[in-house]
Amino acid sequence: MSAFSAIGEEREIDREEFTPGLEPQPTWCPGCGDFGVLKALKQAMPEVGRTPDETLLCTGIGCSGKLNSYFESYGFHTIHGRSLPVARAAKLANPGLEVVAAGGDGDGYGIGGNHFMHTARENHDMTYIVFNNEIFGLTKGQTSPTSPKGHKSKTQPHGSAKDPIRPLSLSLTSGASFIARTAAVNPNQAKDILIEAMEHDGFAHVDFLTQCPTWNKDARQYVPYIDINDSEDYDFDPTNRAEAQEMMRTTEDKLYEGEVLTGVYYRDEERPSYGQEKRQIGEMPETPLAERYFDEDYEWERTHDLFLDKHK
Amino acid sequence: MTDHELIWRIAGGSGDGIASTSTNFAKALMRSGLHVFTHRHYPSRIRGGHTYTEIRASEEPVKSRGDGYNFLLALGDSFARNPKENAYYGNEEAKPLYENLDELREGGVIVYDSGLLDTSEIENFDERVEENDWHVYDIDLRSLAREKGREVMRNTAGVGVTCAIADIDPEWIEELMRDAMPEKILEPNLEILEEAYELVQAEFDADAPDVTVPTGEHDEEQVLVSGSDAIAYGSFDAGCRFIAGYPMTPWTEVFTIMSQNLPEVGGISEQVEDEIAAAALAIGASHAGVKAMSGSSGGGFALMSEPLGLAEMSETPLVLLEATRAGPSTGMPTKPEQGDLEHVLYTSQGDSNRVVFAPADPAEAYEQTRTAFEIAYDYQIPSIVIYDQKLSGEYRNIPASFFDREPDPSLGSTLTEEELVDAPHDSSGKYSRFQYDNADSPEGVSPRSIPGQKGGHFLATGNEHMPQGHISEDPDNRVNQMNRRMRKFDGIRAELDEKGNQAHAGPEDADYGIMTFGSMQGTVEEAVGRLNDAGHSVKMLGVSDMMPYPEEEVSAFLESVDECLVVEMNASAQFRGLTQKELGKYGRKLSSLLKYNGNPFEPAEIVDGFETSIVEGGELPGHETKFVPAAGD
Ligand SMILES: Cc1ncc(C[n+]2csc(CCOP(=O)(O)OP(=O)(O)O)c2C)c(N)n1
Ligand code: SF4
Repeated sequence: MSAFSAIGEEREIDREEFTPGLEPQPTWCPGCGDFGVLKALKQAMPEVGRTPDETLLCTGIGCSGKLNSYFESYGFHTIHGRSLPVARAAKLANPGLEVVAAGGDGDGYGIGGNHFMHTARENHDMTYIVFNNEIFGLTKGQTSPTSPKGHKSKTQPHGSAKDPIRPLSLSLTSGASFIARTAAVNPNQAKDILIEAMEHDGFAHVDFLTQCPTWNKDARQYVPYIDINDSEDYDFDPTNRAEAQEMMRTTEDKLYEGEVLTGVYYRDEERPSYGQEKRQIGEMPETPLAERYFDEDYEWERTHDLFLDKHK
Repeated sequence: MTDHELIWRIAGGSGDGIASTSTNFAKALMRSGLHVFTHRHYPSRIRGGHTYTEIRASEEPVKSRGDGYNFLLALGDSFARNPKENAYYGNEEAKPLYENLDELREGGVIVYDSGLLDTSEIENFDERVEENDWHVYDIDLRSLAREKGREVMRNTAGVGVTCAIADIDPEWIEELMRDAMPEKILEPNLEILEEAYELVQAEFDADAPDVTVPTGEHDEEQVLVSGSDAIAYGSFDAGCRFIAGYPMTPWTEVFTIMSQNLPEVGGISEQVEDEIAAAALAIGASHAGVKAMSGSSGGGFALMSEPLGLAEMSETPLVLLEATRAGPSTGMPTKPEQGDLEHVLYTSQGDSNRVVFAPADPAEAYEQTRTAFEIAYDYQIPSIVIYDQKLSGEYRNIPASFFDREPDPSLGSTLTEEELVDAPHDSSGKYSRFQYDNADSPEGVSPRSIPGQKGGHFLATGNEHMPQGHISEDPDNRVNQMNRRMRKFDGIRAELDEKGNQAHAGPEDADYGIMTFGSMQGTVEEAVGRLNDAGHSVKMLGVSDMMPYPEEEVSAFLESVDECLVVEMNASAQFRGLTQKELGKYGRKLSSLLKYNGNPFEPAEIVDGFETSIVEGGELPGHETKFVPAAGD
């Protein structure tokens, strides 16, 4: 019997398995977009065919970071901005796991921006969901990296002089091999995109528009949205980097003009994931490293036998 | 000090091959039956500048670099020369000679490369030679090397000359060269070695001062390892197969050794974007069921303070290394200091606890690194090995059999899937991972499960949490969880006491004590030997466990002496402060001998310090600071 028999287990999976028991009730505000993410994720899991025991959901800090408190699976609620480094190491240690990381726009594009760039660049096989509500929610409404220019908050009383970050373009430049944007106001599209993201072998970045009715007054700000993959007005090929880039630029401009574009923007199925690359060059074992610690027959290598000759 | 000891200093510019030559020579001396100890001095600069390595070799085991040295091989800094005009830049070229004269012992030997160095550039050189009774060999090593091979091989010529003067059989060196060098460069090197050896025999008189060392045989086969080697191998044998890091001197050495070796055995090494990520990756890998580590030096470790707390709160086993160099901030990147002790003990917010080891030498470093892993995984707590630039680059000979041990790949308190079946779960099927009322774990440890294990899913978090892992600010739960996490220290202390990490030296009934920690231990031990030889009554306690502190053992030591000198390499007496904080008394018995100029203590300085402060009751010169006794003492 494998030490990780949950991995690859074939059975009917019920979405209710991902719902915790009585406790805890979500502490999110009524109408918060975060509910939409939770719902979409719960719906996506059974279709991806993964069980709670073979899934690791790593989050950061913020309202968004509480996602895994309301989602039943292996979870690591880390610290502000650091979900990605924790998640990617877990994936390297045990590639059989379904690894999902999630956090807010402050968490992911602000304090964790450096990790975002590097995780995308390395193309780790995982899904990264960024709850983009254009605001710091949990700390009560400060300007975030995606807040529009001129955004006023208690900490930016004169209105922000900064242009917002362009998460899709940034992701593409950094090296993500799957990039999508969806919105909590449409959990059905969100579910489909999450399924695609999880099935993608490489770093899948989903910029998830989540309204914050508490601090970003216009709770319906992402409605109506347009699905660019379905729309006749926007014709482009997501496997073509240049076309994807152009589309992202349009989307990022339009968001602040009130037109919400969503969909899958970029997909590169050719590029091997980081784990595959590492295995190919001999920097990572073929079988999951974590398995070894449960294998009683494994003969552990010793310094005395391997390295001491050169010191004699 | 033994009568026959060679302390050989090879000096030149960084990039002149000083490090590799000295390591080889040290190995040759070890093979010839001697005990060796190396000390490295280098500037934060890649090419040129003044660098040296000392090798102390003796029939007896050696514990420190000694005081000064008796044989200088000054090569000349080839990077100080303008290659086109073949001219010097100022008199930098002569630096390897004149910068090294102060510590050369009376009656010592100087060999310098007259092809590159000009003694007329050195003030009062001849007078100083006469005054100190130095014996000077001016040999054109550069031409000799050029004739037979290439200029860089003047190292080999210098070693050949050394062998002839110190009466070392060049066979030892030849054998090593054959082992280590590719055919192409082997031949010219062998020729150069021989020619240099014969040149001294033919052209220089035999009445040189006696710096000869005997050869002998070790009882058993020895290996030459540095502190960094030992820490890397300790981790390896502890079953560590994952390392993540970001380069910073001197931690880079361990990071490099591990990165070169791990992939060969299916382990994983990751160089990542910064130190926060590095420690967070180690946490991620450990959470996923692999023994993992990270590390850095002062500045990088500062960034790790955040993930360090996460490991503690989420009870994820984690081993970190802190290779201290002189601070604050970037400080002196290549100079040793013990100034990060408090940083390592107290960094990170809250009542945050970790286990901290400060090994004294390569053997202890290997041993305590293994222990650091064992404790981290058994108790699900971060453990840190703090060492310094001195220990990291210091080579010692150790019996090869010392490393002949069973590896320890145990994940510690971790359940198997079979065990998970009977473990407590909540109504939704979550494993209640963080129980505080677990009767089976009196030491406060609640076993964990690993992602992918059936029936084991749970939530780990950096927030305070309930047994199931859910975030909670409930006061009773808070107190119970805090108490449980703190309780781990009782079990850890008891285990460490059994291991006996603290080192004692000198007569048990001595009147006075000297206390120290980490890499100064060997030097203090040598000083204590000399003090007793000189009729004083002194003993030493070298403390390795910084947290939890070995209160009983230290108290007993301090009870048994009238006064105690605390020796450490920092300006604010951090170790003495720790001792007083932990024991809450003995303040009046303690005085400090501190050094923080970038160079480690030499034994004579400790002898002096002891005599001035304790015996004569006088003020310590220079680096001494007064310490206000702890309140209530
Ligand atoms: C190192 C650190 N800095 C600051 C904080 C305080 N903090 C908690 S949540 C948060 C902002 C979260 O904003 P975002 O990531 O956009 O998530 P949201 O709450 O909007 O979902 C901040 C600044 C923290 N916990 N840690
Ligand atoms: S503050 Fe905003 S983001 Fe946070 S829970 Fe409330 S609505 Fe959601």
